[in-house]
Amino acid sequence: MKKVLPRPTIFTAFFATLVLFMSPDFLQAQEGDPAAGKALFNAQCAACHRLDQRLVGPPLRGVSEKYDRSWIYNWVRNSAGLIASGDAQAIAIYEEYNKVPMTAFPLLSDADIDNILAYIDAPPAQPKAVEATPVVAPPAESGGNVNQIVIAALVLVLLVLVVMLILVRNILTRIAAANGIEVPVTQSKPIWKAFAENQFLILVTVIFSLLGSAYFAYGYFMQVGVDQGYQPVQPIHYSHKIHAGANQIDCKYCHSSARTSKHSGIPSLNVCMNCHKNIQEYNGETTPEYSKAFYDGEIQKLYKAVGWDPDLQQYTGETQPVEWVRIHNLPDFAYFNHSQHVTVGGVACETCHGPVQEMEIMYQYSPLTMGWCINCHRTTNVNVKDNEYYNKIHDALSQKYGVEEFTVSQMGGLECGKCHY
Amino acid sequence: MASSKKYWKSVEELDSNNPIVAQLSQNEFVEEIPTADFLGDEKNLQNSSTNRRDFLKYVGFSTAAATLAACEGPIIKSVPYVIKPEEITPGVANYYASTYVDGFDFANVLVKTREGRPIKIENNTLPGTQITANARVQAAVLSLYDSGRLKQPTKDGEAYPWEDFHLDAAIKFSEITEGDVVFLTPTLASPSTNQILADFKTAYPDLNVKHIIYDAVSETAATEAFQKVYGIRALADYDFSKADYIVSVDADFLGDWQGGGFAKTYAQGRVPKNGKMSRHIQFESNLSLTGASADHRFPLNPSELNQVLVKIFSQVTGTAVSSGSTTADDKLATVISDLKKHGSKAVVVSGIQDVNAQLLVLAINQALQSEAFDNTNPRLIRQGHHAAAIDQLIKDMASGTVKALILNDVNPVYSLPNGDAFAEAIKNVEYTVAFANRPDETTALVQYLAPLSHNLESWGDVEIKKGQFALIQPTIDPLFDSTTFQQALMNWSGNETPYYDYLKKYWEENILNGTSWNQALHDGVFVSGSVVELSAAVEENTVETTVTDFSAAASALAKKSYNGDTLKLYTKTALGDGRQANNPWLQEMPDPITRAAWDNYLTVSKADADRLGFTNEHVANGGLNGSYAKVTVGDSTLEKVPVIIQPGQAKGVFGLALGYGRQAGLKSEMQVGVNTYKLYKNFDTVQAVTVEKVSGTHEFACLQLQNTLMGRGSIIKETTLDIFNSEDKDVWNEKPHVSLNHQEVPATSVDLWTSFDRSIGHHFNLSIDLNACTGCGACVIACQAENNVPVVGKVEIRKSRDMHWLRIDRYYSSEETFAADTEKKENISGVSQSVSQFGELEIASENPQVAFQPIMCQHCNHAPCETVCPVAATSHGQQGQNQMAYNRCVGTRYCANNCPYKVRRFNWFLYNNNDEFDYNMNDDLGKMVLNPDVVVRSRGVMEKCSMCIQKTQKTILDAKRDGRVVKDGEFQTACSSACATGAIAFGDVNDETSQIATLKQSDRVYHLLEEVGTKPNVFYHVKVRNTVES
Repeated sequence: MKKVLPRPTIFTAFFATLVLFMSPDFLQAQEGDPAAGKALFNAQCAACHRLDQRLVGPPLRGVSEKYDRSWIYNWVRNSAGLIASGDAQAIAIYEEYNKVPMTAFPLLSDADIDNILAYIDAPPAQPKAVEATPVVAPPAESGGNVNQIVIAALVLVLLVLVVMLILVRNILTRIAAANGIEVPVTQSKPIWKAFAENQFLILVTVIFSLLGSAYFAYGYFMQVGVDQGYQPVQPIHYSHKIHAGANQIDCKYCHSSARTSKHSGIPSLNVCMNCHKNIQEYNGETTPEYSKAFYDGEIQKLYKAVGWDPDLQQYTGETQPVEWVRIHNLPDFAYFNHSQHVTVGGVACETCHGPVQEMEIMYQYSPLTMGWCINCHRTTNVNVKDNEYYNKIHDALSQKYGVEEFTVSQMGGLECGKCHY
Repeated sequence: MASSKKYWKSVEELDSNNPIVAQLSQNEFVEEIPTADFLGDEKNLQNSSTNRRDFLKYVGFSTAAATLAACEGPIIKSVPYVIKPEEITPGVANYYASTYVDGFDFANVLVKTREGRPIKIENNTLPGTQITANARVQAAVLSLYDSGRLKQPTKDGEAYPWEDFHLDAAIKFSEITEGDVVFLTPTLASPSTNQILADFKTAYPDLNVKHIIYDAVSETAATEAFQKVYGIRALADYDFSKADYIVSVDADFLGDWQGGGFAKTYAQGRVPKNGKMSRHIQFESNLSLTGASADHRFPLNPSELNQVLVKIFSQVTGTAVSSGSTTADDKLATVISDLKKHGSKAVVVSGIQDVNAQLLVLAINQALQSEAFDNTNPRLIRQGHHAAAIDQLIKDMASGTVKALILNDVNPVYSLPNGDAFAEAIKNVEYTVAFANRPDETTALVQYLAPLSHNLESWGDVEIKKGQFALIQPTIDPLFDSTTFQQALMNWSGNETPYYDYLKKYWEENILNGTSWNQALHDGVFVSGSVVELSAAVEENTVETTVTDFSAAASALAKKSYNGDTLKLYTKTALGDGRQANNPWLQEMPDPITRAAWDNYLTVSKADADRLGFTNEHVANGGLNGSYAKVTVGDSTLEKVPVIIQPGQAKGVFGLALGYGRQAGLKSEMQVGVNTYKLYKNFDTVQAVTVEKVSGTHEFACLQLQNTLMGRGSIIKETTLDIFNSEDKDVWNEKPHVSLNHQEVPATSVDLWTSFDRSIGHHFNLSIDLNACTGCGACVIACQAENNVPVVGKVEIRKSRDMHWLRIDRYYSSEETFAADTEKKENISGVSQSVSQFGELEIASENPQVAFQPIMCQHCNHAPCETVCPVAATSHGQQGQNQMAYNRCVGTRYCANNCPYKVRRFNWFLYNNNDEFDYNMNDDLGKMVLNPDVVVRSRGVMEKCSMCIQKTQKTILDAKRDGRVVKDGEFQTACSSACATGAIAFGDVNDETSQIATLKQSDRVYHLLEEVGTKPNVFYHVKVRNTVES
């Protein structure tokens, strides 16, 4: 395994930047509008720069102190030219940042750049002290409460009735005793004995209990191996809710092979790094359970697995492939092809996988049983539109069945050999 | 009234005096059950550490544990790439053009890989490709995943790092001051390797480097003859499609003769076109694949074969040479006059391992000006040196003249007749290195052992024919710490560049002539427009030619004869020279001729068997048993060689296959057969021999005991070209009739089943042309690889429990011809005639006609198997495929019993992860070859040919995804794409423009057992024999 040792120059440069950033003569920028600068920064610079963090390019806080302003104008508008002209400062930066040239921004005026610098030099916003919000007990859900109250009241009423009955009986007995009336004690059979002597009842009970247990046994056995709702703990807490939900990333951006292959494919980590090279921390909504620190930790897990050093912004080459727990498992004897459904059939991912964009932890939404597949094949129409393959078949079949659209099953989608071979 | 009826179970019971009756009435079991032995030993029982209670506890616990464990589903991990290679999409196969080269087999191939694993070898069909993949090449992908391969370099049996390995070599080569450094390799035919060898010589100018080419099965006679006449050490190439008249004198050109691969052009001329097809006359001793396809076949002994060739030479060239008589003389005159009549449209080939004989072949073809004969672009794939060179090497080794010996992919200790002498002599060599794929007899004797990368793991190049180059590209990283011969040699010469760079540079400078390397790599082949003179190759190969005296050669050959019996050594279709002996697919592949697997054996004629007392018998369990023979050639003896009585075998000649009987490094299951290389003296396949019977009975694993058709001409329909051309098709392709209401009606008009409309969508049909099928068996292995067919082993094969989805039935005629059989059967009348003549029909003729018939599931539209399945596990699809749902099957085997074609296979055992079947499916590495798109079946389920539904479905899906119609030729099955001759064709008959739809319209089409009314989707073409000259 190749080991890439960090070059000393990078370290020195890094520390130099840090020292500069902390130096006492740290001053506010004189000109420019920080608000306009922020907008420009986010639009133009944020892809490669952070204020305090090294990304593709250097952290920008303090640049206006470090470099001459006119030099900065030149650099921003045409860094390549500056490097080519042999400017020592420019070449040093170019060398330091892995010879990745900075995109030229010839359209930025001096004022624009001043605005950006103003934004950059504005004092860092103090992180708001996170006040421990007292955990307020959530208001009791009214619906549940009403039920409880009603039940409690009923129980109370019943108890009162029972007590009253006992009291009445006692009083009556006492009155009878006082009046000298003999209450005849009837020797009634215990109910179980009466039941045992009634053969018809026994027969009926046995039949019902057998049927009942058969019903439950069948129900139990039919769910063996059906893992609907299977929600295993994954080595990295990957939230589909954040990616597919909040950020609205298309499913097939990551699961690209679903378009062409039988497998939807778990994306390789280089796909993650397309975005996470820049997105190093989580800034979205959090819950008490999943805090920002938690999510940031998960991003660090990704970096560890892919072998990315976020400080040096480079790959170390030491990778640890992630062992995801597979959620959707078809048995070996069933053949399923994603591309048939996704690309040819135009079936939306959510049809089978459910509301993935709301799943904080991914789980199996559908039962994935054969009956479930078959039902869909029975009711779904084949997507023949604009597909030359179907032209001839469509004409013939619509003539045969006298319909304009036909279902998968009418095209042979229920045959054993279509999925079992 | 009491009944006086007596019920009896056997005839013996009727005879009250019979002692067996009394005995059986007392004993319930005929054999004593040893219960007393077991339970009587009280002491042993009491001392047993496990008492009954413990036993019950264990049973109870394990049952409960198993039940609990079964409730929990397994956790399946999924590990994606960290960085996915751009060209790999999990679930999608990639194909790479490459070349298979192992010194014996050469083929232009496409390698199918899934997730970076090669799983199947297919034919490369681009123009410029030379040789198609035979069964062995198809199976080579399994040899890649052989867990017995060498895993790391060793020195004296201890692991030794590569750096030191190479360093030692460099030191050694610089130390040697006198004596020879010898490289012993098989035919490499690799231009770049020749250059690397030349570089090596340049790097060590003081060394006396010799490169000896050693082919275990040699074609030295032919290469030497060619060299004498044309000045280059090569083999003439033949294009049989250009020949109307083919005469072969002991050349098995549909087998491994001169590198094989001639079947494709041969078959082109064998399918009747415009009333014409080629005519093929075969003179030979053993019944070969080629002889089986011939129109006329003459079984002759080697002495006679020499005379035949001399006579042909004498009369074609008009040279007077005296020659002896042969038993085929009367027919030979006609053959020769026909040969002359066809002139340039005729060709003569010979496999006689004699330089004189091979000279005559060249002279004859020159005299004929044969168009099929190509001496300008000869084949370079057999370059082995003469036996004398090897003998000299052994002498030099013994005397200590050879200081260093580098063996590359050869196993001379096993494959030389004097292998023992080699083993002895190698001890006197100071420095020995062997490059080998697997441990073998020779690798045990060398100091340095270098694991050789498999062909599918290596770069390389090969010049199969002069000017026609091919590239080898790796399709997987080396599985073990192995290297290539070229890379090691470059290392030793001080060249540190990777062999790939060297190869690319070499090609760009010497071969490509300015064209693109990437294109050549993509195609796998490169045909050079201009003549490429490769300095390194030229130096080794060319000598000055002298004017050859053909008539002297003829006289010498005419005088060459053998007294007494002769042995004719040959290579079997399955194992070839025995290089892949550890490949279970090949071991289990039934020989196309004898249909016996897992063995080599002495093939003898019926006459010789009677003379020497050899017998073959069918025993009660359905197996074939045979006698043993002691075979002696000179001072070498094979003590126990099993004997098979072979129809068509020439009298006085015994056939015996090379390549078996290897022991070292092989799994015990694969150590089958006898090593016949011990008899392969002087690289001559013909040896004077003494054969005698020895005691013992050999149990064969033979799959076909019914050898004749019994006159049932409707199974394999045959006709002659004459009748085919002159008569109406109903004469030679008669449709069967059945009786309905006492009326003869066509069988197709009566049906038990209702028909479905199959005109919409695809409807797949498979066409099998019996004229083009040579029985080579490439389809059998291709099917096995594609469909994860398990290997069951010799014992199971003997019980006819083979699992091959595709078999090739071979039938012999009982009379001279199949037509005569049918006639004989038709004329049988009366009981006594039936008994005697049907009995006679079971016995194959001494020189029978032979027919091959590939049989797979016929995918009947009205399938008897589907009707009887109690659980509807087998059902029919709209596209014509008879589908088998393994997960639904409960294993009643009704379907197999009701199948008229006997194509269903039952999983009697679990063949994967089972130590009882220790083949590739019981091996983590061997399982890599499995096709992920096809289920591995479990015990107790039925399986059969699916018409490669995984492939048809994939083709359909690809078309749907691209939004286009399926093109003709896109639909393929494993067998149809493996078939080099085009005998098997596959496609959609609902596409009127397709090849298969045209084929189905042919007059030659018939269905197997059409009278049963199964309406199969597989159809055959009537076999036409060109037996009468038209």
